[in-house]
Amino acid sequence: MKAPPFKYHDPRSKDEALGLISTLEDPCVLAGGQSLMPMLNFRVLAPQHLIDLNRVTELAGVNCDAQVVRVGAMTRQCDLEDNEAVGRAAPLLHAALRHVGHRQTRNRGTIGGSLCHLDPAAELVAAAAALDATLIAEAKGSSRRIPIAEWSTGYLSNALRAGELLTAAEFPVWPEGHCYGFVEYARRSGDFAIVGVAALLALDANGAITGAAVAIGGCTPAPQRALTVEQALIGRKPTNAVFNDVARLASSIEAQSDAFVKADYRRHLARVLTERALSESTREDSR
Amino acid sequence: MKDVRTIKLTVNGKALERSVETRVSLADFLRNDLRLTGTHLGCEHGVCGACTVLLEGKSVRACLMLAVQADGAAVRTVEGLGTPEKLNPLQRAMMEHHGLQCGFCTPGILMTLTEFLERRRGDVPPTQAEVREALSGNICRCTGYQTIVEAVMRVCSESDTKP
Repeated sequence: MKAPPFKYHDPRSKDEALGLISTLEDPCVLAGGQSLMPMLNFRVLAPQHLIDLNRVTELAGVNCDAQVVRVGAMTRQCDLEDNEAVGRAAPLLHAALRHVGHRQTRNRGTIGGSLCHLDPAAELVAAAAALDATLIAEAKGSSRRIPIAEWSTGYLSNALRAGELLTAAEFPVWPEGHCYGFVEYARRSGDFAIVGVAALLALDANGAITGAAVAIGGCTPAPQRALTVEQALIGRKPTNAVFNDVARLASSIEAQSDAFVKADYRRHLARVLTERALSESTREDSR
Repeated sequence: MKDVRTIKLTVNGKALERSVETRVSLADFLRNDLRLTGTHLGCEHGVCGACTVLLEGKSVRACLMLAVQADGAAVRTVEGLGTPEKLNPLQRAMMEHHGLQCGFCTPGILMTLTEFLERRRGDVPPTQAEVREALSGNICRCTGYQTIVEAVMRVCSESDTKP
């Protein structure tokens, strides 16, 4: 249960980090370490070079404007959780963060680390899917924007190419007063969920739904948008009867079985939790 | 070949300089190099919370950090709280309320609760639910947590003993 030997690098700037990533053989990037360190301790991974980003302060920080919340990849989860501007602009992120591990892991864990690790049930990834986030990947001398829908390339695998680093994530801001909800089912508080659902609703002046986003995590390697649920919500009133009705569509999403949980049960949870996330989004204090 | 760095850090207020292999966790560094064996190692993969220490005042899993990452930082461990002769108010309340039995998880729980109490705003006591949420990252197999929650509620109700 001890990490294998590696050559440790602690760059002080983004440029230095990008230089190391492009030149070293078999580099492994260390962000908050809340997933990578267990993998090293278990020796699931044994990289030759470990590039620790924790001293690259320019990769941490949050910027909110009227359109977008931009979060540096090395922003710690606790700092996003404590950021009041984020709570106003993208309250779904706060709702999701409350389910991410525990205070001790959020004190180290980063936004970029969670997005890159891509645990199938990661709450931040589900929230990013619901918000249609854009991820910024930089390499030495180049940069590209990756939509969250194209980010996952399979189980625990992201779309970064060799020499690229995730430097920031951009979360579009929904209209003021929009509804948001995040619910999940986990065996124990703080565990990765079996299934988690992030929901967003925008309403017009008459209270009818004009925009909807529902992302379901935990069923497949990456969260799925429940497009049929979203379409069925448009034009209707946000009542519990409507939510119960449309949530049935969520039980037809793709789901995988593993050693502990069958696909059927995941689809059952997807339906139940979609209804609950939608109900949660319209509770009084979430508006 | 071993990859070794020299690090400078403050542990429980004492400035130190040591050479350490870069793959060594902060928890192993505290226990093996500094002989501060109050920090316990349970699972060594971030699940049990026994190795919780404070890094710049924030609770962290010492098994999920490299010692080299603590270069330049201030670390607090259970040895930095009270002494056996003079327990701090939280430790005393844990003892009086039987908040421990075997004691293996206790150092981690004390450090988690130290941050929780220090983050508290004003003198408004936390709710039991908030204390339970704070404790959710520390596994205890003896107490069932109720006595630990009672100890925290006791500390918070004694405003003159806020640690």
